[in-house]
Amino acid sequence: MTQTPGHHLNEEALLGYASGALGEAESVLVATHLALCPACRGRTSTYEAMGGSMLSQIEPSNLSDGALSATMARLDQTDPSEAPCDDGGFDNATVTVLPRPLRDYVGGSLDSLPWKSRGRGVKELPIRIGDGSVRASLLRIGPGETIPQHTHEGVESTLVLKGAFSDETGTYARGDVAVATADHDHAPVADSTEECICFAVIEGPLRFTGPIGRVLNLFVRP
Amino acid sequence: MGVVPQTLDLSAPNAAAGPGQVSDATVGTPSSGNPSQARQEPEAPTDQRSHDDLLDAIASTRDKTAFAELFSHFAPRLKSYLIRLGTDAAMSEEVAQEAMVMVWRKAESFDRKQASAATWIFTIARNKRIDRLRRERRPELDPNDPALVPDAPDAADRSIEVQQTEESLRSAIEKLPQEQSELIRAAYFEDKTHREIADQRGIPLGTVKSRIRLALARLRQEIDGFDTDPGPSSE
Repeated sequence: MTQTPGHHLNEEALLGYASGALGEAESVLVATHLALCPACRGRTSTYEAMGGSMLSQIEPSNLSDGALSATMARLDQTDPSEAPCDDGGFDNATVTVLPRPLRDYVGGSLDSLPWKSRGRGVKELPIRIGDGSVRASLLRIGPGETIPQHTHEGVESTLVLKGAFSDETGTYARGDVAVATADHDHAPVADSTEECICFAVIEGPLRFTGPIGRVLNLFVRP
Repeated sequence: MGVVPQTLDLSAPNAAAGPGQVSDATVGTPSSGNPSQARQEPEAPTDQRSHDDLLDAIASTRDKTAFAELFSHFAPRLKSYLIRLGTDAAMSEEVAQEAMVMVWRKAESFDRKQASAATWIFTIARNKRIDRLRRERRPELDPNDPALVPDAPDAADRSIEVQQTEESLRSAIEKLPQEQSELIRAAYFEDKTHREIADQRGIPLGTVKSRIRLALARLRQEIDGFDTDPGPSSE
């Protein structure tokens, strides 16, 4: 029996993902949570159906003459840029831990990646997503280790992929999303039984434009 | 609940036909020979296929007549959608065309048990826009991903719900107070932060957020009867 998450994304994050307004890094986090959470997938389907419903109701625009024949002429052409992403080259442990949306952004298997030490028992792997304006990384915390006190200017959303961690707001296991704002002092501790791997997205203060879903407490539904 | 979906599928004469039969009924004389159909205007489709049927026809037989019919309905709406999102008319038409080409190429992945044709085409156009206009990748789920946690078995066939959800959503959005429905539409048709929406409309940020939350809560309440998932368990 697979455990399903208890700490979910909030409605605004799901709406932003479904409508397409959410930025790429946050969308990776949402899609990765969705891979692990049937309940949030159901909600996202509803919000996509809202998009379909609105598309049906929108006032149509006139197309230029020949739009149909121009499109028909393109149907049998192939576009190499649309080839599906290669999902090869990962070992079993990596495929088990990292769902596909995130795997596509990580260059190789977990044990082959250039992790950087961030203090005792904690390693970080920065992941570049899109233009890099939103910071994203994988965190790897040894059993029973504590993430050192860290500062972040914006909202940090953390999705657990392996193991579990606890802080004063609760315990977070695979699929769960925790959110910490800048004024939120916390020191998460990994479970003592196994290492904890997380995906964290930090919204920095330098990004002024962005999607509708980018608000404080974006990723948590109480 | 006893809602009868006003589905086009039910009236489609070949809705139950196998894939191989679909193209046989594509054009030409009405299969029933009904004289009232014969008197229809020349432009009127002689064979009413639902949008779902048209997508299935593309998937199974590469039916270009079906594509043309789908195009004439959706491409003008996709163009409007893209214009609403701030793209100029020429580019909107270009991206609408590209989205329709994607519809042709990906028709095999359409599953009417999961989404309606309009919803599926919306997601194609949404992703095409992110790719072409925002120049970002769109992270999507891979249904064959070994790491994917599957749906509960009883949620596998959502075909009836799909129809009911869309019907309910349509009326639910119409029933929202205008100040709320406007912001819900903005969530789909304006690529803006809550802050930008608030500034543009001259209303406080907190008001924007609370109106969107209220609207979503109402919409979910409206369709809750059709929602199979029990929702997140509270801690």
